[in-house]
Amino acid sequence: MTPSAAPRRRPRLHIAVFLAPAVIVYTAVMIVPLAETLRLSFFAGGPTHPAFAGLTNFRLLFLDDRWAPQFWNALRNNVYFFVIQMLQNPIGIALAALLALPRLRGGAFYRTAIFVPTLLSFVIVGFGWKLILSPLWGVAPTLLKLVGLGALFAPYLGRESSALTTLACISVWQYVGVPMMLCYAALISIPDEIIDAAEVDGVVGIEQFFRVKLPLIWPTIGMISILTFVGNFNAFDLVYVTQGALAGPNYSTDIFGTFLYRTFFGYQLQLGDPNMGATIATLMFLIILAGVCLYLFAVQRRISRYQF
Amino acid sequence: MTIFKRGAGNARIVAAHAVLIAYTCVALFPVLFIVMNSLKSRRAIFAAPLALPGPGTFDPVGYTTVLGGGAFGTYFANSLIVTLASLAGILAFGSMAAFALAEYRFGLNTLTGLYLMLGIMIPIRLGTIGILELMVGTHLVNTLFALILVYIASGLPIAVFVLTEFMRTISDDLKNAGRIDGLSEYQIYFSLVLPLVRPALSTVAVFTMIPIWNDLWFPLILAPGDATKTITLGAQQFIGQYVTDWNAVLAALSLSVVPVIVLYLLFSKNLIRGITSGAVK
Repeated sequence: MTPSAAPRRRPRLHIAVFLAPAVIVYTAVMIVPLAETLRLSFFAGGPTHPAFAGLTNFRLLFLDDRWAPQFWNALRNNVYFFVIQMLQNPIGIALAALLALPRLRGGAFYRTAIFVPTLLSFVIVGFGWKLILSPLWGVAPTLLKLVGLGALFAPYLGRESSALTTLACISVWQYVGVPMMLCYAALISIPDEIIDAAEVDGVVGIEQFFRVKLPLIWPTIGMISILTFVGNFNAFDLVYVTQGALAGPNYSTDIFGTFLYRTFFGYQLQLGDPNMGATIATLMFLIILAGVCLYLFAVQRRISRYQF
Repeated sequence: MTIFKRGAGNARIVAAHAVLIAYTCVALFPVLFIVMNSLKSRRAIFAAPLALPGPGTFDPVGYTTVLGGGAFGTYFANSLIVTLASLAGILAFGSMAAFALAEYRFGLNTLTGLYLMLGIMIPIRLGTIGILELMVGTHLVNTLFALILVYIASGLPIAVFVLTEFMRTISDDLKNAGRIDGLSEYQIYFSLVLPLVRPALSTVAVFTMIPIWNDLWFPLILAPGDATKTITLGAQQFIGQYVTDWNAVLAALSLSVVPVIVLYLLFSKNLIRGITSGAVK
């Protein structure tokens, strides 16, 4: 952060003018409510009878029979969802590598087409896949039979054992466009001299990709991964749209987003509880913070960055 | 030797096309599937879901139901207003703040930058409970303004980050020449720097627009009223209400795809250039 400074004579009120709108909106709508949410997690009694409760809410969430199973279930599912979601990186990188081949025509068309699912809302994605996978309508079985895999079909979204994996795969399908686009941009911005030097040394083709290009785009991949990690901890829409707020079958697709929603707003017989909701949000905040710190201190430092 | 090499190169290009075409089919199939069936009669949807709409099976009844219902136009307009107003706010406020951070040296520069960019790593949804309190307190619940404010706040961090990096690459000579010509700092920002960062602005626009248009969480919580529903929330509830009217549901979903793709095509011209020129590295 060393902006070059031309000599300034005038009073520098304009700096404040430039910064004010962003700082004010951001502070008032994001930072203050976030701090308020963190504060509420140490209270009980809702908005009408607030009473300081210390760490009671957290103890309930970790240990109490009503809360703990749901909490650990949501945490486990969220981690699992993230792990499957990471499949988007190899697929996205492979597509980007193909798109970045010199002499490939029609690249712009492929890029746009593959990016289309990323543009869609979860409502469309969820409903579309629900229809395709529906055993009643029979689109997926027909397609699977077409390629000779008819025996593989099962009601993937309706079984406890496969519902979460299916949702995670749908999410991969939707978000492959992001690593594809960013890795493509990173690949084509590698200077020609580096590629030429590799070719002079006889490093070509697949070997060139793994030994020269891939190391150069690690920083991009790292950034995509950490943003995906953050994004997954507030994933809510896809589960809500396909499985409802109860994240069925039998909570097998419950992640933090749906758990927070049910707890805060209440659902069916369960009453809403803002303090427990705030506690869940606070824990999500801590988990994300821990993940980001781990990334910044353990992973990012080992990634070499090259300036061209 | 050269002929052999070229042959091998061509084989590789053909293989690349084959893989890309196959993946394009995977990416587009569910979308085309919905659009295709939205144009067929109810019987044809169930009898042959994989067939293209033909003379015997074409039936736009879904579209007439949806568009005749009235509410859909409102939802559509709401989404458009929210998305465009939020984008305008993010780009205006974000570029102003980025200009200040990139251009001037002042005591709190680094700290302000870090503070504003903190939000990249913290999803705004975690503050939902506080945001709802704030909106209830200021009587903004069930207004589009509440959504716009939230989306501006959530989009600012990434906008400030990308635009600051980008603005640092603009030469000082140009700006100093402007100063010598008597331009004020505001004029330098507006008429010299903004036009030069247009690729970065469209990159930011694409990446912030998508989650705003598609968001379900905040419309569900802050503006679930009939007058302020966005199309994403409207379509979601439509599915619940008309669960047996497949034509209408499929038509509603098809219609909600159109604007975001149009907006994307509008902004995406400079997308790759915006990303490669140092914006997201």
